[in-house]
Formats: sequence, C-alpha cells, structure tokens
Amino acid sequence: MNALPCTIYVAFTGALLALVAGARSAQAARVVALLTALTVWGLTLYAASGFVPAAALQDLINIPWIPELGIRYHLAADGISLTLLVLTGLAATTGVLFSWNIGERVGEFFALYLALIGGVCGVFLSADAFALFVFYEIAIVPKYFLIANWGSTNREYGAMKLVLYSFAGSALVLAGVLWAYAAADGAGFGLAQLAEAATRFTHVQQLGMFALVFTGFAVLAGMFPFHTWAPTGHVAAPTAASMLLAGVVMKLGAYGCLRVAMPLFPVGFAFFQPAIAWLAIAGILYAGFVALVQEDFKFVIGYSSVSHMGFVLLGLAAANATAAGGAVLQMFSHGVIAGLLFAVVGRMVYERTHTRQLADLRAMPLHRLIPFAAVVFVLAGLASMGLPGFSGFPAELTILVGTWQTRPLWALAAAGGVLVAAAFTLRAIQVSFFGKVERVEVNAHHLPPITWPEKAGALLLLGATIYIGLCPDALLDWIRPALRSPLFHALFTGGAS
Amino acid sequence: MSPWPLLSTLVFTPWIGALLVFVLRRRAPDSVVRGLTVLISLSTLALGACALAHFDPAVTGMQLVEQHAWISALNVRYHLGLDGLSLVLVLLTGIISPVALFGTLRGVRCPAVYGALFLLLQGSALGVFVALDFFPWFVFWELSLVPAFFLMKLWGGPGAGRAAYQFVIYTIGGSAFMLLGFAALYTAAGTFDFVELAALARDGSLAAKLGGPGAFWPQAVFLGVLLGLAVKVPLFPFHTWLPPAYAEAPVGASMFLTGVMSKMGVYGFLRILWPIFPAPLQAAATPLLWLALGGVVLGAFAAMKQADLKRMVAYSSVNHLSYCLLALFAVAAAGRTNPAASAAALSGTILQLFNHGLSAAALFYCVGVLEQRSNGRRGLGDFGGVRSAAPFFAGFCGLALFSSLGLPGLNGFVGEFLIFRGVFGLAPWAASVATLGLLATAIFLLTFWQRVFHGPAAGAGVNFRDLDAGELVTLLPLIVLMFVLGLYPQLLAGLINPLVTAWAGSLP
Amino acid sequence: MKLDYAALFNALRPEAHLALGALLVLGFDIFWARHRPANRHHVALALGLLALGLAAWKAVTPGGAGPVHGGMLMIDTLTVATRAGVIGLAALALCLLPSPSRLRHPAEFVAILLFATTGFTLMAAANQLLIVFLAVELASLSLYVLAGFDKTCPESAEAALKYFLFGGMSAAFLLFGFSLLYGLTGSLDLGGIATQLAAQGPSPLLLVALGMVLVAFGFKAAAAPFHLWAPDVYQGAPSPAAALIASASKLAGLVVFTRLLWPGLGSTVGAIAHLPITVGWAPVVALVAGASLLVGNIGALAQSNVRRLLAYSAIAHAGALLLGVIAAGRVGPAPLFYYASTYGLATVGAFGVLSVLEATGPAQKLIDVAGLHQRSPLLAGCLAIFVLSLAGIPPLAGFFGKFAVFAAVLRLGGLAGPVGWLAILAIALSAVALYYYLLILKQALVARPAAEAAPVRVPLPAALALLISAALLVLLGVFPSWILGLF
Repeated sequence: MNALPCTIYVAFTGALLALVAGARSAQAARVVALLTALTVWGLTLYAASGFVPAAALQDLINIPWIPELGIRYHLAADGISLTLLVLTGLAATTGVLFSWNIGERVGEFFALYLALIGGVCGVFLSADAFALFVFYEIAIVPKYFLIANWGSTNREYGAMKLVLYSFAGSALVLAGVLWAYAAADGAGFGLAQLAEAATRFTHVQQLGMFALVFTGFAVLAGMFPFHTWAPTGHVAAPTAASMLLAGVVMKLGAYGCLRVAMPLFPVGFAFFQPAIAWLAIAGILYAGFVALVQEDFKFVIGYSSVSHMGFVLLGLAAANATAAGGAVLQMFSHGVIAGLLFAVVGRMVYERTHTRQLADLRAMPLHRLIPFAAVVFVLAGLASMGLPGFSGFPAELTILVGTWQTRPLWALAAAGGVLVAAAFTLRAIQVSFFGKVERVEVNAHHLPPITWPEKAGALLLLGATIYIGLCPDALLDWIRPALRSPLFHALFTGGAS
Repeated sequence: MSPWPLLSTLVFTPWIGALLVFVLRRRAPDSVVRGLTVLISLSTLALGACALAHFDPAVTGMQLVEQHAWISALNVRYHLGLDGLSLVLVLLTGIISPVALFGTLRGVRCPAVYGALFLLLQGSALGVFVALDFFPWFVFWELSLVPAFFLMKLWGGPGAGRAAYQFVIYTIGGSAFMLLGFAALYTAAGTFDFVELAALARDGSLAAKLGGPGAFWPQAVFLGVLLGLAVKVPLFPFHTWLPPAYAEAPVGASMFLTGVMSKMGVYGFLRILWPIFPAPLQAAATPLLWLALGGVVLGAFAAMKQADLKRMVAYSSVNHLSYCLLALFAVAAAGRTNPAASAAALSGTILQLFNHGLSAAALFYCVGVLEQRSNGRRGLGDFGGVRSAAPFFAGFCGLALFSSLGLPGLNGFVGEFLIFRGVFGLAPWAASVATLGLLATAIFLLTFWQRVFHGPAAGAGVNFRDLDAGELVTLLPLIVLMFVLGLYPQLLAGLINPLVTAWAGSLP
Repeated sequence: MKLDYAALFNALRPEAHLALGALLVLGFDIFWARHRPANRHHVALALGLLALGLAAWKAVTPGGAGPVHGGMLMIDTLTVATRAGVIGLAALALCLLPSPSRLRHPAEFVAILLFATTGFTLMAAANQLLIVFLAVELASLSLYVLAGFDKTCPESAEAALKYFLFGGMSAAFLLFGFSLLYGLTGSLDLGGIATQLAAQGPSPLLLVALGMVLVAFGFKAAAAPFHLWAPDVYQGAPSPAAALIASASKLAGLVVFTRLLWPGLGSTVGAIAHLPITVGWAPVVALVAGASLLVGNIGALAQSNVRRLLAYSAIAHAGALLLGVIAAGRVGPAPLFYYASTYGLATVGAFGVLSVLEATGPAQKLIDVAGLHQRSPLLAGCLAIFVLSLAGIPPLAGFFGKFAVFAAVLRLGGLAGPVGWLAILAIALSAVALYYYLLILKQALVARPAAEAAPVRVPLPAALALLISAALLVLLGVFPSWILGLF
C-alpha cells in the first residue's frame, strides 16, 4: 500500500526524464515513458498484492502542507482508489505502446502524457479536497497540448472545447469546495473534516454545494447534457490521449462525484438523485442513438463512451452499495474497453488507412488486410456491447441489479441502452471491418503490418477485460468493503429507498 | 457429484477445439483441419453418450451436477447439471453439429475459421443446455450469437449482413429485457440459480418477494424474461428475423440454427420461464396460446406462399416450433386438470424438439444440395424432375419432407401426435385450429416434393448429379435416426417420461 | 508625536541605497562608462543590480519594528515583505534591459528604474497621507518617463502621454481626497485618522473624500472603469517598463491602498458580506472589482495583441486583487500579498519573454510568438509557466493566489452577500480566462513558426530572470506557506 504515493512521483519524474531524453533521441524518450508507465503499473499491482480490503480509507501520507488554510498533504487509498489506480497503470502502459509510432516532438509528447498520468494518480489518492483539486487541474492542462499538437481532425477546436469544459467543471468544483470550507468556518479541506462539518450545514447550503461540486465533476464524467466535449475531444485526440481520456480522465469525474460530491453532501444528493438518474439515462440512450448514425468511426466510439459513462452515473445515482460497486467496476471496465476501441480505431486503422469515414472503410476488406485488428475490434466491440464473458457484463448487471433495488423504472429505461449499444457496436463492426467483402481485390491495398507494441498493448487490454469478465470478484472484493465505509453510510441509507 | 467434471468437459471441448483449429489454420493442411474439426465436434456425441451411460432416467432432479462458487458479490455460482430434457438436447447437438460440419466444411472458404466459429457455437449451445445458474447460462446464451453472426455474415448469401444484424439485434433486444428481469429476480431473491429460484417459486415466496401477484413490477419481470425467450424461439409475432436469417445463412449454419439454436428458446421456456413464473405464465397462457396458434397457422400459410425453398423451410420451422409452445401454453393454461394429457403434451414437446432438429437439418441440407448444384438457385420453380436424375437424393429428401410432415412410421409423427393428443385433452379448440396448420404444412411440403422432384426434367433439374459419397454419409445418420425414432420412440421417450410425469404432477 | 531621526534613517536605509545607487549609476556612466560604449550597458546593469541587492538586504534586516518617526512610516512584516517583493520584481525587470542597439541611454533607464523602486519601497512603508502621496508620485513620475523611454517608437510616446495624463488626473483626485480627509480629521497620520473617524461616524463629506481616494487608486491599479490607459501603455511602453508597471507598481500600490483603507479608514468599511449592504468604501471597491473582472476577462477575449491581452488580463487580476483587499480586514494581508507578488512574477516573466523576442523582430501580435517552441524551447517553456500561472493552473503560484483570496472572501459570509457572489463570479470567469491564455500558448507551443523566423538567442541576464521567475512560481505554488507563513 505504501508504494502508492510513489506512482505520483514516478510519473512526474518520468515526465521530466522523458523531456530530457527526448531532446537527445526519440527512442530514448519512448523507452523512458514505457519504463515509467510500467513502473507506475507495477507499483499499483505491488500495492494491490498487499492490500487488505477495509471499510475505510487507509492513510498513506498525512502531513501539514499549508497550515495557514488547514490544508494537509493527505493521501489515502481504499479499494475504489486501488481499482482505478490499477486501471490507470494499465491504461498508461498500453497508451505508451500505442504511441510508439509518434515521431514528432516525442519527448514533449511523453512528458505531457506522463504528467497527465501523475495528476490522475494524485486525484485517485487524495483525501484532502485541496490536494485532489490540485491534481485534478494538473491532469487537465496537458490534455490541451496533447490534442492540439498531436491530434487529428479539427484538433485545435476539439482541444480547446475539451479543456474549457473541463476547466469550467473544475471551476464549479472549486466554488463548491470553497463555499463548504467557508461554511465550515475554515475547518480545513480534509474530506473527512468537510463531511463532518457538512452535517451542520443548512439544507440550502447542502443543495447548493452539492449542485456545484457534482455538476463540476459530472462535466468531466461526460454527463448529459455536458457531454459534448467528449466526442469532439476524443475524435481530435491522438490515440494515446483518447485512450487516456476515455479510459481514465472521464473516470476522474465519476470518481470525484463518488468521493467528494456524494459523501460530503448526502442531503443535496438525496434531493437531486432522481434528476441525476434521469440525466444519466438520457445520456445512455441519447449518446447511443447518436452513435448509431455517426459516419466517423471515432465519433461512434466517442459517443459510446458517453453512453457507457451514463451507466456509471446511473450506478452512482441509484445510491446503494450494489449499484455503486457496479459503477466502479464499470469505470474499470469502460476504461479498458474504450482504450482498446480507440487503439484499434485510432492507431491500427486510422494510421494505416488515413481515413475514419465508415463509408471509406466499407470499401476495404479490413478483416483480411489487418486480421489482428479485426479480431481485436470484434472482441472489444463485444465487450463494449456488454456481452457476458467480458468485463462490461458483470458491471452492467450489477448496476442494473442495484438500480432495480432503488427504482425499477430507471433500470428498465437503462436496459434499452444495452440494446442500443448492441446496435451501434454491431453496425460499426459490420461496416468497418467486414464491408463489401467480395468486390474488392485484397491486393489493391497495401497496409503496413501490425507492430509488436500494438499487439502487446491490445493483448494486455483484452486480457484485462476477459479476466475481469470472468472473475469480477477480483475487483469487487476490493470495491465492496470500501463502499461500506462510514463516509458512504449516510449516502446509501439516506437516499431514496 | 461426478468425480470427473463431465459436463464441463462436454461444454469446453468444442471451445478448446475451436482455439486449436484457429491456431492450426496456417500450420496444417486444410484436410487435417477439417478432419480435426469434425472429430472435435463428434466429441459431444461421445461425451453425451457417456452422460447417457451415467444417467438415471428415473431421477427427476439434476444429475452430474457441478457446482462451484464464482462471483461472491452477486452470489453467482458455476452450476451445471443435466436432466432428461437437457440430455435430449445435448444428444441432438452431438448429432446435428458433426453432421453439419462434415457436410459443409468441404465447400467453404477458410474452413479453419469456419470450423472454429462453428465449434464455438456448438460449445455455447451445449452450455445453454446444461447451465443451471443464470449467469453462466446467459454467458453461453449471448456468446452463441457471436459465432452465429459471423458465420452468417461472412459465409452467407448476398443479404446476409442485414439478416445477421437483424438476427443479433432482435435477440439482444430480447436478452436485454431478460437480463433486467433477472436483475429484478436477484434483487428479490438474492440468487441467480435456476433450481433455487424454481424452488422459491414453488413455495410461493418468490412472488411475495417480487411484490405479490397482480402488482405491476412482477408482471414486468415476467414479461421481460418472456420477451427474451420468445424472440429466440421465435414466438409469433417476434419471428420476423428468422426467415431472412435462415435463408441467408450458409447451409451448415442454417442446419445448426434450426437444428439446435431454435431449441434453445423452447428449452428456456421449459427450464426458466415455466418453473420460475408458474403463476404469471398460467395467467398469461391463453393469449400466449393464441400467439402460438398464430405461429402454427400463419407460419404454415406463409411457407405455402414462399417461392424460395430455403425461406419455405424456414417458415416451416416457425410452424413446427410453435407446436412446442402450443403444447406448453396449453399445459400451463390448464393447470392440473388433466395430468395425463399434460404429460403427453410435454413429452410430445420434447420429442418434437429432437425430431424437428433432425428433419429440419436434413431439409436444409437438401436445399443446400439443390442450391449448390444449380449455382445458387433455390426457387420452387427452378427445378423439375430431379427424381429421375438423382434417385438417391430424391429419396432422402423425400424422407426428410415426410418426416417433417409427420408421416407415421417416421420420427416427426410421434412428437406431433403426442402434442395433439395432449392439446386436445387440454384445449380442444386450440387443437382444432392447429389442424389448419397441419393441413397447410402438408400442402407446402407436398408442393415442394412435387415441383422439384416430379414432372419432366426442367431448369436446374436437368442433368442433376446424384449425391456423392460424402453427401450420402452426411444425410445417412439423420435418415437412419428418423426411421429408428419413428419406430422406437421409446428410445427417447424413456429418458424423459419420468421427468414429464413429475412435471405434470406438480402443476399448480 | 515622537520624532526620532536615527530611527527614521534606519528605516529608510533601503530607499537610501536605491537613491544612492541611482546617482552612482549616473555618475559612473558620465565619468567612466561613456567612454567605453561596449561596456556601458553592462556596467549600468551591474550597478543597478548591486544597488537593488543592497537595498533588498537592508529591507529584510529592518533592525526594528513598529511606527517610525511619529508614525510617518510603519515597519512591519507587510512592509518588509513588500519591500523585498518590489525590489525583487524590479531586479527581474532590470534584467530585461533592452539590448544596446535599442537602448541608447542605459544608465538613465536604470537610474530612473531605481528611483521608481525607491518610490515603491517608500509606498510599502508609508503610514501618513503625505508620505503616501509623495511615494506614489515619486514612483509614478519615474514610470511616466520609463514608459516613454523608447524615443524611436511613437507608441512609446503615446503610452507615456496617456499614462501621464491619466496619472496626473488621478494624482489630483488623490490629493483632493487626502486634503478632505485631513480637513475632516485634522490628522495626516493613519492612526490618528482612524481614531478621529471612529469618534465622528460617517458624514457626506467623508463619502466624497472616500470617493476621490478610490477613484485615484482605481486609476493606479488599472481597475475598471478607470482602466482605459492600461492597454495602450502596456502596448507601447518598453518591456521592462511595462513589466514594472504591471508588477512592482501594482504590488506597492495595493499594499499602500490596503494600509490606507483598513488601518486608516477601517471604521467606514460598510458591510457587504451579508445583505443588506451598508454604506462605506467596501461596496464601492466590490463594485469596482466586479467591473474589472468583467471588463478585463471579456475584453481580453477580443485581443489579437499579446501586450493588450496582458493588459486586459491585468485588469481582470486587479478585480480579483481588490477582492483580496476587501478580505484583508478579516484574514490579514497574506493572501493579497501572495497573490499580488506571484502575479507580479508571472507578468514580469511574460513581458520578459516578449522583450527577448523583441530583439529578433516584432513581439506584439499573437502570431509573433508562433512556433516559439522551435525557436527557443527555453522561452516557450517559461512562457507556458507564466501564462498558466496567470490562468491559475495548479501547481503554479497563480492558482494558489486565487485560491487563497477566494477562500478568504468566501469566509466573510459564504454566499450570503454580494462579496461571496463576486468570488463565484471570479471563479466562473477564470474558466473564460483560460481561453485567452491558451490562445497565447497555442501560438507558442502548438503553431508552427513563420518561415522567416529564426531561432532566438536568450541573453544571459534575461535567461536568469526568466528561470528564476519560473522556478519561484513553481516553488511558491507548491509551498505557499513560504509566504503565507511570514504573516
């Protein structure tokens, strides 16, 4: 467990090293980045090996940081953080593998990339609202440069939109947290302290603070109707950045909702619970239908991310331990699956064919030209559809079970989303990889073969989704005790029955 | 509990074999791959026979049970088991699947990939028939769609893409609601286990936990599960995906789809819906009975109007499977009024499942032969006088047609007879309407027989080549079984009689 | 009134060093360096830095605390910190001295810069109306000259003229306001004024006096609606001058303003933390702050000139700083000082980058910085830090400055009153601000350089100044207690 804070430091150090190494040779920067990402992942796995699930945050570091404002450098972890940290390590490693072919400003690319990873790790470990916020914002800015510099279609627009949305969201969070701090009369920023002080807040204060903080985080989680940054951002981003964005950064938002907004302001949450649930359902369905008619392959995946994050939010809104556990599992699952999908679309297909238009891809017998990509995409697509045997299924099933406990109607509406997801994923598989098969000469196209980093990355992610699909207990055994923490107590009993 | 996990071996041998075949696809010659594929596929028959040897028909509960904890968070268990119903279907799979592979593997592109997908499909179907916990059951249920989709899409006819898409979307659409239904059941009962849920349903506590009879949500849960199964069977009017899917699929896949996969839905009705929701099913049985009748009659009449032989056989499948549902709904509607008739109807249902598997697979194969000899033509009017050019083929195809028609002495007769006997005892009006379907079936099958095989040689029937050795070997086991089961139905009925008697005895 | 000349001299040692240093620079130039044109520049720079260094040393070792010379000056932590801050910022600005080809009289520039700094340090210590006025005018007059120093450039002259006209007007307001205050209270000393006002209570004349003073400081701080001079001055003035105007001048001005308002006029503050509002200076300051936030942030969106953009950003920051002034009464001047000094660092740095770029070509338009990452990775990296700090991105100091000020403001009364709402407005506008800051960075870090753009060579002093500023922004951002702990 005590190795976890090192993930932050390793990532930031790796960022500096990559910058330095990149000035000399691109390959050195790649190797530095890969080693750093592997170290981060290894540290999370090492921590996981000695992890004893408990119904509380386990302190890692707790020292005064800015005593004038009662701010402490307080890092702590529980099963939820650990799950997401393992995901971050995995996504980081595979992301480096899928960026192996970046040839321009390599050092800077990986420096920004690793800085983003460091910020993300920091968020997942922070038990002080200030520290969490600082890491949260550290994770925002590199995205702009990653997308604007190394992205593709409409990248400057996509990058700006994404960053402004994220930053606007974080501004809301800041406002809410500062308000809570002021209302607690300067009791400090520790999550536990704030939660304790929040029990004395008035009804209106709780409502207002919850609305600010939750909305702020939900923007990053891609909650409908604040999701529009996600598809454009994903489409514009380079592959590794899309993978991280969908795989990890969107999780930051959901994690913030679960870690900060909900336990701190249970009264506010109870008030807004139905609204959140319906927005989540609207997101699931709306994004699903939009994905169904997209002509750009990456837009399909981008909207599918929004749709899947809707399940996460629905799981949170259901406010019981089952659904919330499913939501965390879904965060992990979606992180892996979205990473895989973006890897196939952005790296394996786009970098070879230079088109993402489904109409163009239809004319290429991709399943024969790059069979590996086709198989990976089919498996990832099946996982994304929530087919049993892959990680998405136990996650969505748990969410549905939990949601049914709260409101059957929500579960019913969300089940429609499963169907829509099947429809758009199948359409994408069918059109992109198995287009007009017979009529095209295979020899008419020559595509470079799939490289070893791509294969390694894809196999890692596939392994993860199948392993968790078959043994969801591996993660649920961490997550479920964490949700029994006293912090969540008021939340899961005070919500709608 | 068996010391050797026979059922797991049964289920996973085809999957492991699929992996093996896939890996070997570039490293071994095609002939080796094909032989290996068929051999692996035959393993089901061998292991099924093994299971048969260990099987005690007198026991009505589950046998050869394997049970392990799997996902503690959802109280999911890896729970496999076998009763007469499962065993019959496992054996059916063990017959249809190697036959279909043997018959079609020679003619397809990329036989290794085709074979691997086929074996995946076979394993999934077996899993559906032996899994006793919703979670593993659903895993198999959904995973069966994937190879089916790709078999259809990549080896199918010109409209296959659309048909495959429609097939999967319809099925997943139904499954999504079934999934939700089970989410609700889990919320209420805390378990996904079919056996436990059925036990809870019997003592009435499940209904109480769901919110009591008559409340809205228990009905919704029932409807969700019903929808998932009804699409799969298919129950009229959810059948529209079926004709294009069967017609566009490659022959081997059509054989498996109609021979085995269509049984999965009926199996679901018998294993899940009926035991877990006895009361709601009874309440809804009469309208459902009408729908089943609709399937029987309209399926037959639609088949009569088809000019495409494959679509004709496809509609005949709708018709034949609707008999099974007809019997089941009649039994459910009647309750314990007439146990003897119920038992007859139920054993007729199970026999019909097996028999329809045999005859429909044989018919699809025959249509496949026609199609292959005529460069893809399969219209009713495209042939004529095939009998004189190809007497063996005509004979075998005729047997399959008459088996499908329900000619006494062939296997089809027994199942349909028992169903009619039972339904007459339970819902005479329904049985009398269903005879209309019987009539129409006779008309379209005889039309098929007459137009294709009789008359002067015409169209593609000119110089029609007779069956070669391979084709003969493919059809022979099916034809032999048609005779054997037509003459000794006890072979199968013996496996299921105690079971259906117990079912009929425990009706509410 | 107890007059102690020894203590007065002791307290004024930094100013003395600065003034002497200025004379030394001039003298050395006349008698020695003028004949050695190659070294003239370096000598002026070295002597200037030496003077600043000595002054800083004297400033941080005040050798006594409390009112000096009967309360004319006040030596406390704020004084010490502010003196050190303005001297440091002036030193950084000095390092940006334009190259000899573009600055014909380096010694005069350095000397005037030192005089301006003298004014700033005096402002930091001033505790009496006359001293305040004197210090402000000393600083302002020096800055007018600095703004117009580049005689080859008409914009520079325009900047100086505009600055002078607006500044002169504001000086008049200030003086009029001060005379009214003196007339009302009979005291020049801030302590005396406070005692008198507490006894008198508000009167219409007092309100007029307050209004005058606020208008004057609004001009000085470039707060809306008195901001009109800022864009032109930032655009036209030589880079070190603009840097000084934007950083040290602002820090010193805010400190003297805070001292005047809280210890001096604290009894007439009025209430804006909760509704209903009561009359006093705080509502007016809040109004000015809100207007500045809006005008600055929205005005900046439309700019295509980097310097004008920085000017509007300065206006926006002035708004946030004024919120800090309001909050200083409750939580002390620490957040305000932190914000103002780190803002100064970032601005000096940003102007520093521009001044280095000026050596190779124009550095006015946004596209003039295009492709900076290829032309000079060092400049691009530093610019990223400065701009992101201005935008308030953690872990840079700009973030914590905002955070501390907003936290302090919200502690006044939560969201129960207008000042809390203003804090929320400021937070919301910071998201808008990110847009225009990113426009700069987009050019610098993403866009490709123009075809004719050559690599940039960064002179050593400038490189040092930029690196020190950047490092300080990072370190102070991560360890804000280094400053907050002083108070």
